[in-house]
This record gives sequence, structure tokens and C-alpha cells, in this order.
Amino acid sequence: MAASMIGSKVERKEDKKFLTGKGRYTADITLANQTFAYFIRSPHARAKIKNIDTSKAKKASGVIDVLTAKELNEDKIGGLIAGWKIVSKDGTDMKIPPHPALASDSVNYVGDHVALVVAETLQQARDAAELVKVDYKVLKAVVNTGDAMNSESIHDGIDKNLSFDWELGDKAKTDEAFASADKIVKMTLTNNRLVPNAMEPRASIGDFNPSSEELTLYTTSQNPHLSRLVMSAFNAIHPEHKFRIVAPDVGGGFGSKIYPYAEDVVVAWAAKRLQRPVKWVCERTDSFLSDCHGRDHITNCELAIKNDGTVTGLKVDTIANLGGYASLFATVTPTYLYGPLVLGLYNIASAYCNVKAVYTNTAPVDAYRGAGRPEATYMIERLMDKAAKEMGMDRAEFRKKNFIRQFPHQQCLVHNIDSGDYEAHFNRALELSDYSNFEKRKAESAAKGKLRGIGFSTYIEACGIAPSAAVMSLGAGVGLWESAEIRFNATGNISVMTGTHSHGQSHDTTFAQIVADKLGVPMENIDLVHGDTDKGPFGMGTYGSRSLAVGGTAIAKACDKIVEKGKKVAAHMLEANPDEIEFKDGEFIVPNSNKKKTIGEIAFACYLPGTYGEIKSPLPEGVEPGLKETAFYDPVNFSFPAGSHVCEVEVDPTTGETKVDTYTCVDDFGNLINPMIVEGQIHGGLAQGIGQALYENAYYDETGQLVTASYMDYTMPRADNFPEFRIDYTCTPATSNPLGVKGCGEAGAIASPPAVMNAVIDAIGTEVSMPATSEKVWKALKDKSDTKKKAA
Amino acid sequence: MKSINLTINGKKISKEVEDYTLLSTFIRENLNLTGTHIGCDTSQCGACVVHVDGKSMKSCALLAADVNGAKVTTIEGLAENGKLHPMQEAFKKHHGLQCGYCTPGMVMSAVDLLKNKKNPSDKEIREWLEGNICRCTGYQNIVAAVKDAASKM
Repeated sequence: MAASMIGSKVERKEDKKFLTGKGRYTADITLANQTFAYFIRSPHARAKIKNIDTSKAKKASGVIDVLTAKELNEDKIGGLIAGWKIVSKDGTDMKIPPHPALASDSVNYVGDHVALVVAETLQQARDAAELVKVDYKVLKAVVNTGDAMNSESIHDGIDKNLSFDWELGDKAKTDEAFASADKIVKMTLTNNRLVPNAMEPRASIGDFNPSSEELTLYTTSQNPHLSRLVMSAFNAIHPEHKFRIVAPDVGGGFGSKIYPYAEDVVVAWAAKRLQRPVKWVCERTDSFLSDCHGRDHITNCELAIKNDGTVTGLKVDTIANLGGYASLFATVTPTYLYGPLVLGLYNIASAYCNVKAVYTNTAPVDAYRGAGRPEATYMIERLMDKAAKEMGMDRAEFRKKNFIRQFPHQQCLVHNIDSGDYEAHFNRALELSDYSNFEKRKAESAAKGKLRGIGFSTYIEACGIAPSAAVMSLGAGVGLWESAEIRFNATGNISVMTGTHSHGQSHDTTFAQIVADKLGVPMENIDLVHGDTDKGPFGMGTYGSRSLAVGGTAIAKACDKIVEKGKKVAAHMLEANPDEIEFKDGEFIVPNSNKKKTIGEIAFACYLPGTYGEIKSPLPEGVEPGLKETAFYDPVNFSFPAGSHVCEVEVDPTTGETKVDTYTCVDDFGNLINPMIVEGQIHGGLAQGIGQALYENAYYDETGQLVTASYMDYTMPRADNFPEFRIDYTCTPATSNPLGVKGCGEAGAIASPPAVMNAVIDAIGTEVSMPATSEKVWKALKDKSDTKKKAA
Repeated sequence: MKSINLTINGKKISKEVEDYTLLSTFIRENLNLTGTHIGCDTSQCGACVVHVDGKSMKSCALLAADVNGAKVTTIEGLAENGKLHPMQEAFKKHHGLQCGYCTPGMVMSAVDLLKNKKNPSDKEIREWLEGNICRCTGYQNIVAAVKDAASKM
């Protein structure tokens, strides 16, 4: 066996199928006798439904049925749930409105689900949808995050549209820090609403087998086991043991496919009710309208600072938009994924964070790449930048002065950070970005009539989500451990089952590298199995940069169990003591002898425990045949990736156009299993974060119409929007898992918005909000010059 | 209904199609070649790019009936005799794909670029691929892959 697979840039096992058009996504699946579904959605942001007349549509050519809330209620199908309980500061539980899978008496955003037409062809379903007459009484929509608490309640019994008013931290201690501060720096920030935009639109196919009474749902999910649990336990679609969810190849998720949607519930139920396969594929505009969106915060924040630059206190006051209903992870995103992270990687002795979550007549908001952590990072890094400027300090030096320096470090809010070296990645980022020569480059840009700016951003995440005891004590409806099964076959190859799901993250390769390293079996003989509730053990899916730290560790632990059993069998076959057997590079060896067995031979013997020479059975007494081990892993703590990013932009003052000229990042993800894959994750995260900073914005007009509901209107970053990113790493291994890994999937999207915005603001010398489009930057520059003229 | 004759991935076919059938729909549903993907409904994302008479085209912006008589190559027709095209090899080597959804269109576009320009610069590659959206890779490894393929073709 060659050198360790861990840390190698191994090419991906999954690539060939995708490169040759053999990927199999949900929309690619065609079932015999399948029908086609089309959803009728609300064209209004807020309305009462007075009547739905489906009679004409039901008689249309090819129509099998038209289903509404009436039929849903007949079959006692439950509504969608919010999975994480948040308690307000006054001790009351969060307020959650009913969220039926098909609207019964009211609709609460444009795109809300009203009815389902099922027909023999998609064209027939669409044509018939036009014959469904929905009688709406249109009401005034509540759209803006900042106005929600002063507007009419959109849900009965939810005063001020307020779901919860949550707090974290020691308010009295923080007030003291502010009272004794030499300087207080304040700002108001908007974190713009984004649409995740996985390139594969959502899709679902329900298939009921009347013989076995099994219901199968093929769907675009990051988390099939959780979807099955929710749809069994809360939606009452079908008993869990007869319900199979298959998430085949999934074309990106970024958080938007973590939870079951109304469409999944309705399609699964329709297939069972109609006893025929029902296929639904979302169109892009419907994706814009009904996929959960991300971010959408308004925040007031302030820092208490001593004259020497030491930050002593932080206050954060945020209004978070939940949209029309509370989606599954909507309530944890602006609370426990946000509040504890507002300190960034700074050693701040006191902090207080208040989050008010409001309902509006917009698409539900839930986790999107980073989920809460980008919002926290944007807040603290914009605020630190402003504070440095107001203190007259160098922005880099001001940050360094306040870094946490000793580990483990108990933050004043929640987290106990096990490891890190923040100055190391920050200094490396300054070096790699050539900060010391910035002024020279700025002068060169000025000579061309361009404005050059530099921006810094540092971040810390809490990843490896789990640990179950911690998250459940904070309100999670489930534990977030992970499972794995290593199934050795008699012929020596291995199926690895994981409860995580890969939709771009390259698990097939990374996880196989771990197994190859642990068991000494070639990569080509190891296959990962995921995304099918019938195949692998229950698991908690992929999100929050958790898969490697939690799922990868479960795999490593299952491998350890295989070796443990293998040692017993090898010892028996080699007539040695199990304690003296060594396992190395796929061989069980009796030291100082030529006696050894390969792991393949042991697997074979475990499955075919016949006579082996002198030995009657290869299995010692008490050892069962077969070679298959399961492990569940629940870490003791989160992992804490961190890093430092530096962005340089050049702004054309005549057009307001901002070009990202250079982007440098130095991240500490702990140990890397496959650096090539990690790099790809960083690139993708950066593209999304830079997209948020400069281009992307989900914009609703005052009536609640989503104006940016197609790729013609919502600016998706393209290849020519980016420079070549400069990437480097530092490494302090995580202590919370034996692989020493921290997670890398979200870092780019977390760190880059403030790095870019700090650079833009540095360049133009005035505030501008995200996205810093040409129009906004041009206007900001004009306002600045108008103000100057007035003053003169 | 219209009767059309096409050469798809080197194979001659004759089919009846509705006048309104898009080439992308025809490829996916009538020919069951599901490697050509649909990512938007506005001809923006490029996941459906195929070659029509050797040129990269968004198949969602063409009617099947309008390409009657053409030679169409989809991602399934790019590898020859099981051997990956140098562009496919390069995407693999440089990790130019993650979820794989935009990949077929991206590869087909990139192959056409190299027909037009033997050794494109980074800037030329980025500008050419402006019609293909990828949400996973941040494009950097795609650019590296195209450059590498250019050096080998």
C-alpha cells in the first residue's frame, strides 16, 4: 500500500458519470404509468381564499384530479413544521402560524401553494391549471423587514408579526462596558435577501406500490432521512417503515434542500391517493418564488472601545425576516447559528444580542450557505472596520489587537473554542495580498482614474453540527449525530453507507479516502452509498459543514470496529494472540514472523467460515460471521474553522462599476483530507459571497411581487465577474473529532461579503449597502460629492 | 406535428414532434438523453448547451422542428469509444465540477470555444463562458480545465 490517502489531491470518483451525461437527477427519472403535476400558486402576496372552483379543470382533457386543501384535510395530512423551538426573553415560546401544504383559507406570499393539477401530460396539467378559478380577497401585504412590527398582523394571534424576541448574553455586564467605554462606534446594516439558486431546480416523484404498500419519494434533498421522519411523524403521509425517500444525484443545495417542502408533501400524498406515480419538476421562476430564501436582516450594532483599541463590549439588535411562514430551520438560523458568532474571532469580554424574528408576505427564509454565520460575520467585520477608522487605527492592527490568543477559549456568549491561531492566518493573508504595497497600487489605479480599496475580513464558524446534547438543549427537535456502516463484501470490496448526502461536496471521494487509509483497500474497491433511506442507516444529512467532521468521523469509527474484529479473526487463523496482531496497509501481521492475512482474506473468511487447513473455523468462539460494522458519532463540541480574507477592488467612478481585482484567503480548516476538493469548496463559497456583496438581491415591490424572479432579473455571478482567487491555509487540528477536521463548505460565503464591502467602502470613501451594484456605487459617489459641494 | 430527421451523436433518427417542442425537451424526453439539463426557462443558464452542426447552442432556445436535418451532439456523444474527450479529462483533473448539473452545458460550450480559438487567455475563457452559470465552482477550476484542454487538443 502506498502513502496515506489522507491529504492527497485524489481525482473524484463521481466525475465520470457527470462528465458523460450519466448523472441521474430526479427530473431524469421516468416511471412507468407516471402522471405529471403542476402547482397552482398564489399570484398575491396576501389574500384570503374565498373559494376554489376546480370543476372545469377536472373535466379537462387528460386531467386525473385537481387537489386542494379540502382533499388534504380529508386525508388528515399535517402541515409543515418549524423544527427548532426558540424561547423569547419573556419566557414565552416562539409563535408559529399554521403552514398547510396547500393553502386552506389564506395565502401569505406570491408563490404560496394553492392547488395541484395532475394529468397524463405536463402540457395538459398546465392547460387545466388555467381553468381552476380561485376567488381571492386581496389584502394589503406586509413586505419590508423593518416595517413588519408596525404593520397589521398577517397571521391571526401573532401580534406585531413577531414570532419571537430572543436574547443572548449578559445585558447588565454589556451595559457596564458601554458606560465605561472611551469610544462607542455604532452602525446600521442590512443583510440583503438572497435566493440560493442551486442549478438543479427542485423536483419530486411520488410512487406508491399497492402490493407492498410502500411509498417512494424521489426528491432533490440534502437530507432524505430527516425528510422521511418529518413527513411520517408530522405530515402523516405514510408510516416511516414503509416510506422510502431517495435523493439521487442532487444538483446543488446550499441549504435550500435541507427540509421537505410543501411540494414534497403534496406529491408524495398525491401518488398514494391517486395510486399512480406523480412527477413534479419546478420551473426556475417557481424556484425563485418558492425555494426558501436566505439572510434578510436589519441590524443595529455598536462596539465599546478603550482608548488603546481594546474592544470591551458588543451590542447587537437584529430584525430577521422569516417570510410568510416559519420553515424547518428558519428559527435557529437567526438565533443560535447567528447570536453566538457575533463576537467573530475577537476576545470581547461582554456582549448582548437581541433578535426579533418577524413574519412578512414574502417567501419563507431559511438556511442558505453559512446560515446565520455570514450575517454575524458581516456585522462584526463591518463594525470593526468602521471602529478602526474612527479610532484612527490601521484596520489590520486594530483587528490583531483584539484577536483571541489562547486556546481553548471560552467566549462570553456560548462557544468554547478548542483551537486556532488567528494571527497566523491573518499575517499570512496580509503577506499573500501584499498589503504593504497597497498604497502603490492605489496610486496606480488613481493614475488610470480608478478608485482602489482594500478590505479585510476575519471569521469564525461553528461547524460539525451536532453535538446533540448541546443543540437539543437549545431547542433542536432532533439530535444531530451521524451514522455510518462499513459493509465488507466477501470478495473484498466495500460499501460505505453514510447518513450524510453529497450534492457537490465530493463525499464519494473524500469518504473513500478515509476508508482506503483506514483499511488499506484501494479506492476503486470502495463505494459510498447515500441518499436512499432503504439502503443506509438513519442519518442527519448534509449542511452546516458537518459531513466530514461528524459523518466522516462515524465512518472512521466504523472502520476501527472492522479492524478490531479483523484482529480477532486473524489471530485465530494465525494462531496468535489478538493483542499482538498489528494492522497496517490492509494486512494483519504477527510481528517478527512471516505470518499475515490480508483484510480481503479476513473478509472472505468471515463470510465463508468453512475449514481453513488445520483450523475448523476462522472465527474464534463468540465471534459472529460476516464483516459489517455500524457506528454512530456524536461529537463533544462544535468545530471552529476560522480564517482571514483580503479583497482589493477597483471602482470606476464614472460608472460605479466595481471590479474585484484580487482576492486572497487563508483559512484554517484543521486537517485536510483532499486539498483539491477543499479548494473547490472555497472557490464556490467565495463566488456566492462576492455575489451577495456585488450582484445578488431578491427584491419585492411594495405589493409583495418578487421583481427578481428569473435569471434575467436576479444577477447570478458569471465567470467573468471574478479574478483568480489566491488561497492558502494554516492548520490547527480540531480537537473535537479524531480526524482533526473543521469543515470548509461555507467559509467562502461567510468571509467574503464583508471583505468585499470593506474594500468598496475604502475605495469610495462613503457607505453603500449590499449589493454594491454600479447604480448604488455611482449614486453613493454622487451623494458624497453633492454633500461636499453643499458644504463648500 | 412535424416529422423531423436528425443525426444525434452520429446516429440517424426520424421522429414526429409537436410544433412547439423545444430541442431540449426533445433530447431529454423523446430521446431519453438526460445529460442535457434544464436550469432555467429564460435561456440564461446554459445547462442545456449542445452542438448543432458543430456549434454550441442553447437547446432550450431552439425548436426541435427548426433543426430538421442537422447534426446534433449532446454530452453523451462527446466521448469516443469510451475514451473521454480531452475537455472531459481536463474537467476531471482540475476539479472543474462539483454537483455536475451545469457540467454538460459547460463542457459543450468550452469545446466549441477551442474550435474557435486554439489557445484562449483566461479572460477570453471567462468571457466565452459568460452564458453558462455554475453555482458550485466559482469558475476558477473550469478556467484551469479549459486552458489545460487547450494545451492538449
